[in-house]
Amino acid sequence: MIAEWLDIGPVDQLPALGARTLPVQGGEEIAIFRTANGQVYALINKCPHKHGPLSQGIVHDTTVTCPLHNWRISLLTGEALGEDKGCVPVIPVKIDGGSILIGRREALQGMA
Amino acid sequence: MSERPHLVVIGNGMAGCRAVEEILARDAGKFRITIFGAEPRVNYNRIMLSPLLAGEKSFEDIVINGHDWYDKNGIELVAGDSVTAIDRVAKTIAAKSGRIESYDKLLIATGSDPFIIPVPGKDLPGVISFRDMDDVGAMLEAANRGGDAVVIGGGLLGLEAAHGLSLRNMKVTVIHLMPTLMERQLDEAAGWLLKDALEGRGQTILTGADTAEIYGEGKVEGIRLKDGREIPASIVVMAVGIRPATALAKEAGLAIGRGIHVDDNMVTSDPDILAVGECVEHDGNVYGLVAPLWDMCRSLADGLVAEPKGYRGSVTSTKLKVAGLDVFSAGDFSGGEGCEDIVLRDATRGVYKRVIVKGDKVVGAVLYGDTADGNWYFDLLKKQEDVSDIRDALIFGQAFAGGGASANPIDAVAALSDDAEICGCNGVSKGQVMACISGGAGSLDAVRSGCKASASCGSCTGLVENLLKLAGHDEERPVKPMCKCTSFTHEDVRKAIVEKELRVIPQVMQALSWSTPDGCSSCRPALNYYLLCAWPESHVDDMQSRFVNERMHANIQKDGTYSVVPRMWGGVTTPDELRAIADACDKYKARMVKVTGGQRLDIFGIKKEDLPAIWADLNAAGMVSGHAYGKALRTVKTCVGSEWCRFGTQDSTGLGIKTEQMTWGSWMPHKFKIAVSGCPRNCAEATIKDFGVICVDSGYELHIGGNGGIHLRGTDLLCKVATEQEALDYCAAFIQLYREEARYLDRTAPWVERVGLEYVKTRIVDDGEGRAELARRFHHAQSFLQKDPWAERAAGSEAHLHQHIAEIRPFAVVGGAA
Ligand SMILES: Cc1cc2nc3c(=O)[nH]c(=O)nc-3n(C[C@H](O)[C@H](O)[C@H](O)COP(=O)(O)OP(=O)(O)OC[C@H]3O[C@@H](n4cnc5c(N)ncnc54)[C@H](O)[C@@H]3O)c2cc1C
Ligand code: SF4
Ligand code: FES
Repeated sequence: MIAEWLDIGPVDQLPALGARTLPVQGGEEIAIFRTANGQVYALINKCPHKHGPLSQGIVHDTTVTCPLHNWRISLLTGEALGEDKGCVPVIPVKIDGGSILIGRREALQGMA
Repeated sequence: MSERPHLVVIGNGMAGCRAVEEILARDAGKFRITIFGAEPRVNYNRIMLSPLLAGEKSFEDIVINGHDWYDKNGIELVAGDSVTAIDRVAKTIAAKSGRIESYDKLLIATGSDPFIIPVPGKDLPGVISFRDMDDVGAMLEAANRGGDAVVIGGGLLGLEAAHGLSLRNMKVTVIHLMPTLMERQLDEAAGWLLKDALEGRGQTILTGADTAEIYGEGKVEGIRLKDGREIPASIVVMAVGIRPATALAKEAGLAIGRGIHVDDNMVTSDPDILAVGECVEHDGNVYGLVAPLWDMCRSLADGLVAEPKGYRGSVTSTKLKVAGLDVFSAGDFSGGEGCEDIVLRDATRGVYKRVIVKGDKVVGAVLYGDTADGNWYFDLLKKQEDVSDIRDALIFGQAFAGGGASANPIDAVAALSDDAEICGCNGVSKGQVMACISGGAGSLDAVRSGCKASASCGSCTGLVENLLKLAGHDEERPVKPMCKCTSFTHEDVRKAIVEKELRVIPQVMQALSWSTPDGCSSCRPALNYYLLCAWPESHVDDMQSRFVNERMHANIQKDGTYSVVPRMWGGVTTPDELRAIADACDKYKARMVKVTGGQRLDIFGIKKEDLPAIWADLNAAGMVSGHAYGKALRTVKTCVGSEWCRFGTQDSTGLGIKTEQMTWGSWMPHKFKIAVSGCPRNCAEATIKDFGVICVDSGYELHIGGNGGIHLRGTDLLCKVATEQEALDYCAAFIQLYREEARYLDRTAPWVERVGLEYVKTRIVDDGEGRAELARRFHHAQSFLQKDPWAERAAGSEAHLHQHIAEIRPFAVVGGAA
């Protein structure tokens, strides 16, 4: 049976208030974020506006500000905040024994 | 000897004995009871080990149940003999001594095992955990011999150990992997305050520090961090976490997750075996504090001997016991969708409070410095009370909000007594402020000059404003605050950083009462810059507060790739440099090479992962970063000047190169461009640059405040000077003035318009000494900041951040990153 969760390594590879990326061969690249409080979230690494790489934005609270045109995107819902409208898919994440696990099905979605 | 059913308890700790107490209280005669304990002593209060270590208590003080309790209740205590096996079919247990005991009901309360990080040297004598009396004994023994101690783990336990050891006169260093202390209980701001306070007490706290190895010949001599640092130590206390002790239950075939699975009555997958305490998992949760254990023990006893009531899980709160430091945390403080943070920072009292409200209910709280209201918030949280009525005054605590007296901040200040202190810096009371207002001060500025309240650090500005409103002066402040996280202007913030010697972002946020826990994408980069400008020699850059371009030292482009611009001094290059650039373009598959408006070459389409490698290649060819991405000196554009041009009066190219060599690498409020033209024909377009030089027969005309961007602005003439050196000195002084006084993200054009050309002239032209002093500060800062960021990063600092964390391939399982 294929596991539901994918282990992508220890949490401490993520800089606090930063992000790193996870390419999916044949699918959409994923951005893994870590907040000031150590919470970890994952979104498809594509701003709903013009596909800015969200992994490169400034993380504050539970939002990330896109590096291209400053849309604010919620790390929890993937939704654009404020006046802007749009949404980017969220990948479920959990931490287990210091490792980051991401939802396999959601991560592989859109893969040929 | 008795027909009563036999209850055997494994674990003579907090939960095991408490469960027995609860059972006895309901029906003292129901069971014959035997308790096995691995430790050779009676039941004691484990949470008092810290005061014991600190020398505040003795063992007698922390015993919960002495021998008389066991005797009186007919309990047989088998101390110092651990249970090694459970036979569920025969319903017996076996102990290490060989003793076999049969049971009717078995209770497992084995607690947790300390987690030992698997580094080389972890088994050396002198590596201690912090869990029981023996550990404390070992620590005390080491402390008697004196010397250095390293505590690995900056959580509750680690900090208590560190505190105890430093009270015992050891020199203590705490190593913590995460960027802030107690990150699971405290948010970043409170964690930072805690670190600051502990350092003030002489402990060394290293956050973001990862242990590579514990070294020593035959015993501990020190530890080595992954970054190569070594810290000598005669003991190492490992307090990095605990794991439910489930080995025994697992071997017996009970259902186990992270802990032993139990139902609401603490019954395991075997109906005759119960489990309680830290070793269990209930409804997906394991607990590491005593309060939930008490709830569990009650449910266990109810289920076993009385009416089952059923355990429903616990919400936990934490209080740090470390003497003199008040820290409290409860519930979920991570924020999130629909959550609203209410933050109060009172810099003068050293207080930080954050209450997280979701849908009119309190879901979490973090308090530092004043934890008096902790229990009240915790109560609101547990009872899930609707706080919409008291929301506005919630953060002021129970006295204001819960007393029912008032629900708004104006009433709150109205309720203050006349001698309540408003402004801590200047010692101004409410009475004095009110007197000043009734004496005619109708605005914040008038109050500031009238009685000094809010005139220094300004953290009481909100209170003064409320007092003004109370007195009927409802006036908006004319100047705009820096961002929505604060009521201070850029200028206020810069002033406070220097006056109050604020050194790091969390300190600024605390001192100036920021209303958000970690700022926003607009104030953080500004604060990082202001601190760097104020303290060039000591500022540690906060990478996560920089815009991506500066973080990656390259320009992000619309497709998410980057472009890279090597520096070409004064716009001059060589065939070798061009060859190296061409090679790099081929090697990294650049998709375009473009000459920029600033006379440099821009290499487009470079992948984030390839950045360190292309920098290394360009560095190897002698080139450094062009800072084309930065709020920094970009380029110095030049014309060919007297060397080649038939009109040229001076060596504009040479001066351009000198200027660039002096100014490169300097961070600014915004991008900064310079040009040097060799004659008034101005081929280098110096009159639309931040700083422009036009060479003339008799010397150099210096121009400032030009901008070729959205709002085209020609420069103003600052002055004329006679020599190259003067041109350079004026340039340095002008840049420094701009760096020290402009708002972040102001180019020089709007700044000069705001402060006026006359002002700049008085500072740079009229005041010779001031000019020299500004130039001196510029060069001082440059001595620290003029570093090629590409070289640093290509050499490996943070190189991993450019790499993917892992990669997913179809049907393959991913491994961790390298
Ligand atoms: C230094 C320190 C400070 C703490 N401070 C606080 C605090 O301030 N607030 C708070 O709420 N909590 C605190 N805690 C946590 C608290 O002590 C624990 O949550 C609590 O003790 C757990 O109770 P327990 O009975 O599950 O485990 P324990 O109290 O650890 O008891 C388990 C017992 O089982 C014994 N045992 C294990 N295996 C066997 C075996 N096979 N055979 C026989 N015996 C066995 C062990 O020797 C141990 O005595 C602190 C803990 C420590 C170590
Ligand atoms: S600015 Fe004057 S010196 Fe420079 S290239 Fe133009 S004409 Fe020649
Ligand atoms: S692409 Fe993200 S804001 Fe435009």
